Amino acid sequence: MTEATPDTLATGERDSLLKRGLKARYAREGRFKLYGLLAISVAVGFLLLLLARIIEQGHTAFYANEITVPVYMDPARIDRAYPQGTNFQQMVAQQSLTRMGITDDASGSLNTAYRALLSSELKFRAADLIRENPALIGQTVQVTAPVSDEADLYYKGELTRDIPADQRRVTNQQMDWLDGLKRDGAVSTSFNTLLFTNGDSTEPELAGVLGALVGSALMLLVTASLAIPLGVGAAVYLEEFARKGRITDLIEVNINNLAAVPSIVYGLLGVALFINWAHLPRSSPLVGGLVLALMALPTIIIATRSALKAVPPSIREAALAMGASRTQTVFHHVLPLAMPGVLTGTIISMAHALGETAPLLLIGMVSFVPGIPSSLTEPTGALPSLVYIWENASERAFHERTAAAILVLLAFMIVMNAAAILLRRRFERRW
Amino acid sequence: MIWFLLPVLAVLAAIAYGLGRARAQTLARGLPKRDKPHSRPEQHGYYALIWVAVPALVVVIAAGIFSAPIEHSLIAAGSPDVVTALEPFRREAFMSDARAVGEGGRALQAWPGELGQALVTEAARTARIHATLVWGAVVAAVLAAIMGGLFAFGQIKPTLRARNRVEGWIGGLLLACSAVAILTTVGIVFSLLWDSLRFFQTVPVTEFLFGTQWSPQIAIRADQVGSTGAFGAVPLFAGTFLIMLIAMAVAAPVGLFSAIYLSEYASSLSRGIVKPLLEILAGVPTVVYGFFAALTVGPAFREFFNGIGALLVGGPLDGIGQYLMLVQNQMALVAGAVMGIMLIPFVSSLSDDIINAVPQSLRDGSYAMGATKSETVKRVLLPAALPGIAGALLLAMSRAIGETMIVTMAAGLAANLTLNPLDTVTTVTVQIVTLLTGDQEFDSPKTLAAFGLGLTLFLVTLMLNIVAQRIVQTYREQYD
Repeated sequence: MTEATPDTLATGERDSLLKRGLKARYAREGRFKLYGLLAISVAVGFLLLLLARIIEQGHTAFYANEITVPVYMDPARIDRAYPQGTNFQQMVAQQSLTRMGITDDASGSLNTAYRALLSSELKFRAADLIRENPALIGQTVQVTAPVSDEADLYYKGELTRDIPADQRRVTNQQMDWLDGLKRDGAVSTSFNTLLFTNGDSTEPELAGVLGALVGSALMLLVTASLAIPLGVGAAVYLEEFARKGRITDLIEVNINNLAAVPSIVYGLLGVALFINWAHLPRSSPLVGGLVLALMALPTIIIATRSALKAVPPSIREAALAMGASRTQTVFHHVLPLAMPGVLTGTIISMAHALGETAPLLLIGMVSFVPGIPSSLTEPTGALPSLVYIWENASERAFHERTAAAILVLLAFMIVMNAAAILLRRRFERRW
Repeated sequence: MIWFLLPVLAVLAAIAYGLGRARAQTLARGLPKRDKPHSRPEQHGYYALIWVAVPALVVVIAAGIFSAPIEHSLIAAGSPDVVTALEPFRREAFMSDARAVGEGGRALQAWPGELGQALVTEAARTARIHATLVWGAVVAAVLAAIMGGLFAFGQIKPTLRARNRVEGWIGGLLLACSAVAILTTVGIVFSLLWDSLRFFQTVPVTEFLFGTQWSPQIAIRADQVGSTGAFGAVPLFAGTFLIMLIAMAVAAPVGLFSAIYLSEYASSLSRGIVKPLLEILAGVPTVVYGFFAALTVGPAFREFFNGIGALLVGGPLDGIGQYLMLVQNQMALVAGAVMGIMLIPFVSSLSDDIINAVPQSLRDGSYAMGATKSETVKRVLLPAALPGIAGALLLAMSRAIGETMIVTMAAGLAANLTLNPLDTVTTVTVQIVTLLTGDQEFDSPKTLAAFGLGLTLFLVTLMLNIVAQRIVQTYREQYD
């Protein structure tokens, strides 16, 4: 028996109240949805801003300005046996000033100012020409070389006359000379190959990423050859062989914790263990690779375990039913089926290792290393630590190069991540 | 280095495999069917291979790990008094020069007088010790391989359960792989503890934990001003905490709302676009964030605050205006905000998992009652997922505390005890980096302080992680 509750509100009033309530509820709904959209736009907007800013700052580093100047190979000043000892910049500066009809003062300050526009690469290129063909001495030869970093910035429009003279390192006079060179058609702009063929240098116009790239590659080689077999092995053991017990629990908790240990702590481990105790060479790819391998290990184990877990038990049971042993089941059936997942996790953790910086700083990879490393025990740089070093450099031209190095690094990350995503897509299967 | 032995061992092992296999085949030939060998010839081959490779590998790895420290201490123990009298730093340089000369290279610097003579004899001695150790290891490894091989060949007969033996070895090998994880932890704990203990011998723990002065610069000469550094880490803890708070203030709401939107509202198309973008955000190396913070966000924030300051100067809020005019590029706010952005994908993917794990029946029940989507999220999903989300946030916090590059590049070096986000602060990780980069002796309190800080960092993040994992795990079991 239901008793009609006395309705104190008139039907119309009740309806409008409900409608108002409903309206407020829908408004809240809309607002809530908006917050979500806003949050996502913040994240995505930031990503786009970051990429845009870095491309904006870095794209200019991919081309460079070169000048082609006539050099009279003065026999009086060139030592035939040792041409690279000649100060070609000074020679070129003197000859250019003479050609322009400018007389230098006693202290040679104009020569110094002109010389500052030329890169020391000029010296090596001129010396190379002479070494190849000593008959050039006494003749006038056209030599092409990059301009100095400040001159390069001026040509790229990043240094202008509007900047107060005391805040720039290029004087008005130097700018006049540079303008003159440009008018004469001596300046050409081309792709900055030096950026990819040189190691680090204190002169921005000659500094390149190749040394760091090779260093990073060597390090990844060490990391991959240690972390992948160890990680996959450990995951196979824990997932397929281990009997649940205290030891395996301990290992499991351990691995989860290791995955969350701050990377800088691994750097401290590297310093204490590999450098101070084992006396492995500082700043070498060997030590860097070892540290990164220990860091990547837990991630690889966790990824591999979840890939193994995704293989249905029926596969194992079928193999066991056919008389295969446990080991044969795992290595002939389960692991091959889990391989795409294992590879995906591995590639992602390798990409992380490639971008990791903090531990590398601690094991000495911030020191200036000009050459290109050829062995695992030689001091070397790495791409991320190169970014760090260049970011701290005082020369303005290093700014664009830092951004360019970041672009190279990001390109690698994106290639690796894309490979991982493709693998996942390609081999994704539903059981 | 002894690693050149590895290819040699590989060849030896391959030979052993072939021989073992052939021997098993020969022995099995002509046996009646009921005496059929237990294992296939390949498995006998593997058995031989393992017995050749494993003992030798153990020798090689042990030599690789221990020969350098042993060589080092042997050389140090027998060096003449002139050398031992040198300062540690010079002694290291001398020994490395001696090693270089011993290997036929050149010394990096000229050593005067007695040291010059000592260098020649030391070089010869160093080379001798090095050669003895290397050849000792080579002989031991080859012996081990031969003995293992002989043993295995003695064992091979048709009744040998080669497969089971081989599989036992494989199991052991896999167990050893897992043990590396434990060894890493032991390594971390010991290396941190060892050097921290040495640090705490010079600086009392209480001063380190509760002191409010941080200036680790120790003068090289004892009579210099400020020759004893101050190692009170409270300003570092405060700076770390402040930056972590700012980062969480950015990452928690943005990450959480992104997760809610992606899991409840987004169409599969927009999900398919946004998720990879967030993955890219997660894959960007932190040094890139640091660069961005230092070169873009820092100057932008400074200009913003200086602009506001310029507006306020002269008015009733003149004091604040004056202060804002002085704000610099490096401030806690910049590092915190950029770190917060870095953590967004971390928070959002963890919360996404957790929200998705809430069973659909709860959602359906809520919709059936007439609730809107947002009401379902707020009243049903979030309360149900709250412990998991709290765990995710704790994990993000521990990340923020351990993050290094962003703060190194954007927060500054001055140890201020402040909670003002516009001030320069410094953090534990920044100090570790500054203490350990550049030239320094490895035994000064300044260097050891880095390990004290590292130990603190490790313990704090470890506790956060354990608590977070506990929360996440207990919560996840509720719906199983």
